[in-house]
Amino acid sequence: MGLLSNKNKEVLLGPLSANNPVVVQMLGICSALAVTSKLEPAIVMGISVTAVVAFANVIISLLRNTIPNRIRIIVQLVVCAALVTIVSEVLKAFAYDVNKQLSVFVGLIITNCILMGRLEAFALGNGPWESFLDGIGNGLGYALILVIVGFFRELLGSGTLLGFQVIPQAFYDLGYVNNGLVILPPMALIFIAVIIWVHRIKNKELQEN
Amino acid sequence: MNRDSNVYTVVYASVMVILVAVLLAFTSQSLRSYQKANEDNDKRQQILRSINVSVPANEAEAKYNELIKDAFLININGEKVGDAQAAFTGGQDGEFPVFVANVDGQTKYIMAMNGAGLWGPLWGYISVDSDKNTVFGTDFSHAGETPGLGAEITKPAFSSQFAGKQIFKNGEFKSIAVVKPGKSAAGQDYVDGISGGTITSQGVSNMLFDSLKGYEKFLTSKE
Repeated sequence: MGLLSNKNKEVLLGPLSANNPVVVQMLGICSALAVTSKLEPAIVMGISVTAVVAFANVIISLLRNTIPNRIRIIVQLVVCAALVTIVSEVLKAFAYDVNKQLSVFVGLIITNCILMGRLEAFALGNGPWESFLDGIGNGLGYALILVIVGFFRELLGSGTLLGFQVIPQAFYDLGYVNNGLVILPPMALIFIAVIIWVHRIKNKELQEN
Repeated sequence: MNRDSNVYTVVYASVMVILVAVLLAFTSQSLRSYQKANEDNDKRQQILRSINVSVPANEAEAKYNELIKDAFLININGEKVGDAQAAFTGGQDGEFPVFVANVDGQTKYIMAMNGAGLWGPLWGYISVDSDKNTVFGTDFSHAGETPGLGAEITKPAFSSQFAGKQIFKNGEFKSIAVVKPGKSAAGQDYVDGISGGTITSQGVSNMLFDSLKGYEKFLTSKE
């Protein structure tokens, strides 16, 4: 079995589209609403979740034959909590401003359903390398949606991308106004709904009756 | 090895917790100096914003050293009790930091404020002109006020209202009130609070009164 056999490719790339944690499994919606009003926190959140899911998957996968069954959820939580705390400390040291914007949501990665879902459903039954790919895939699937939503919310809501003004002043002179509503969480839900709509049109097998 | 035995479960949990504790303690210790530098720069940015100077974090230290000429701790009687280093770290109860800034040749006094909002602590800095009465600028921070409502106190739209307001009326300490938009406060200067952020606005109002009260002796002294 090669490092990127067909099965492993499916594990890695499946969550990006056909099995996307946000738009197909409907997990992690809460943080997707909260941190996507700007592009930068959305990217940092996506990277943080990817790192935490990937490493938590690997650790749980390595430990999977030793974990006492009765406390396995607790073990998973401790591993997640430890990784999240490390990510939070690293952000505080090297990305202080972004950490302030993300505020409680870094800590709340622990409660992100994607995390526990992957640990319980995948890492407990698969080897470390597959689990790592699964974590990366699911993290990126989540990050992808966050970045798309963050892109449109920052563009339409603030007229900027990553803090740089992209809508020229001439537009404003002609009467264009930033849409303040887009900054508020409810509009994130509408953006996610539109993404799901487009996604379902492209993937007919996902359509429910 | 029986993975379902009580002994195994207890030993497993204990070893895991100890390992995690060691790992986290190590991470925290090794990153502490970077975090401290960030926190200090954040504080410098806050102090600079209270004299209406807004700089990115990486320029905060240079700008701070350029504009802040002196800093010291005072006690309730207005006597100096600590140096610049102590003023920056904050001092103990009953000690109040004063930062002396020089903006375009004029002396401004910056004072620290601490209070409570709806969900957690509020703090901020307020600067006054050399008459020690007229407000030059303010900056407010919070730990966890509601985004879009109470958290709006950090925005210039709120903090810029304070410029030009007076802390003393006819030589008497009055502080500055934060009132519901449209209301007024008798006998003292006031600014509009945040609609939907009533408790936070009241918190700011109380914080101004309580914190500036500690500086009363310093502000009335002719020096």
